[in-house]
Amino acid sequence: MISQSTVLAAAFPPSVEDFYLPSILPWNQHGYWFTKITVLVWVAVAAIIVFFLMSYRKPQLVPTKKQWLAESLYGFVRNNIAVDMIGPQGVRFAPYLTTLFMFILVNNFFGILPLVQISPMSHIAFPAILAVISYVMFIYIGIKKHGIAYFKHAVVPNAPLGILPLLVPIEIFSNFLVRPFSLAVRLFANMFAGHMLLLVFTLGGFAMLSENVWLAPVSVLSWVLTIAITFLEFMVICLQAYVFTVLTASYVQGSLADEH
Amino acid sequence: MLTYLAAEGAKEPHNPIIPVWEEIVVGSVAFAVLCFVLIKFVFPQMEKTFQARVDAIEGGIKRAEAAQAEANQLLEQYKTQLAEARTEAARIRDEARADAEGIRQDVLAKAREESDRIIAAGNEQLSAQRESIVRELRSEVGTLAVDLASKIVGEALADEARTRGTVERFIADLDTTAGRR
Repeated sequence: MISQSTVLAAAFPPSVEDFYLPSILPWNQHGYWFTKITVLVWVAVAAIIVFFLMSYRKPQLVPTKKQWLAESLYGFVRNNIAVDMIGPQGVRFAPYLTTLFMFILVNNFFGILPLVQISPMSHIAFPAILAVISYVMFIYIGIKKHGIAYFKHAVVPNAPLGILPLLVPIEIFSNFLVRPFSLAVRLFANMFAGHMLLLVFTLGGFAMLSENVWLAPVSVLSWVLTIAITFLEFMVICLQAYVFTVLTASYVQGSLADEH
Repeated sequence: MLTYLAAEGAKEPHNPIIPVWEEIVVGSVAFAVLCFVLIKFVFPQMEKTFQARVDAIEGGIKRAEAAQAEANQLLEQYKTQLAEARTEAARIRDEARADAEGIRQDVLAKAREESDRIIAAGNEQLSAQRESIVRELRSEVGTLAVDLASKIVGEALADEARTRGTVERFIADLDTTAGRR
């Protein structure tokens, strides 16, 4: 126990490097193609696909338990996000939004899954991909709906002429520059910070224990807090998946809106 | 872990805000696969099921409404029929009562008539009998009286005319005494 904690304590305080685990194939080398993170992404994709295909292989009017679960997940995003944010035509976007929601949710969930306990979303590459897709999507939808006039719609608010020179740059900045970054960074930073918190409290317990055995009670407290933070993380996981999906829906809604 | 850290330490430290391009490729492919399967095969099925469910429920409601309407109509019809039957029954009862009253009156009248007729006939018969009895008695009494008188007196009353007069007188006396009594 003591020797193990000494080894673990060597990694304290946790650093950014703790997020970059060695490659699995080739084993323990420097590389990114086949790491714990990429494996987890594939596992998440496979799990979601298998779950939905299994539970929706033979859909029935009166759903089975599994079918009901799959339907409620889709129904939640469809009715509470897509239709609520975008309106009746939001049903068109419900499939993508549900896929997005499930992908983020399951990948986030790896952050607190025992023995896994790191979320691919704590690597900015994955949130960045999703943010770019949302970004391209809402601009594409806007152009498709309004033509090139979409950009005028998007950046010229309904305001007195005198204040426009001030507002237009702000709108351009917030709509076309900040949006993808805020989406990506919000999700990434939450997952990153969550993992870091768990590391600090877990490794901190070991660090104190190896420093002085009399600090054992504090170590135990630290580990108890780890469990508490895990519950907090669960909330953050669901919330961030929801927020990402809602914001994407809201941007799409903005692109489809006729006037400001 | 230490060796790993040592190995890592030799390399450039990671910047968490710079995406790793290999991860971008992996993530894009993985997410594309997920999107393809779910959007192509799963969610359209779900929409179809939702629609079928809505249809089933709406159809059920419509059927129920139709059945309800039919039931209401039938109920209305039965109520009308029942009311008709009630008035009909009341009418029949009234008629029957009137009929019964009529029959009773008829029977009574007939009975009264019959009894009157019987009484009248009886009276007539009685008076006729009385008449004949009186007549018989009158002749018998005459004969008896004459016999008796002749026996008492001891002589034959040959004179028819006298005898007749005596007898008449006697009977008249008898009548008056009877009438007085």
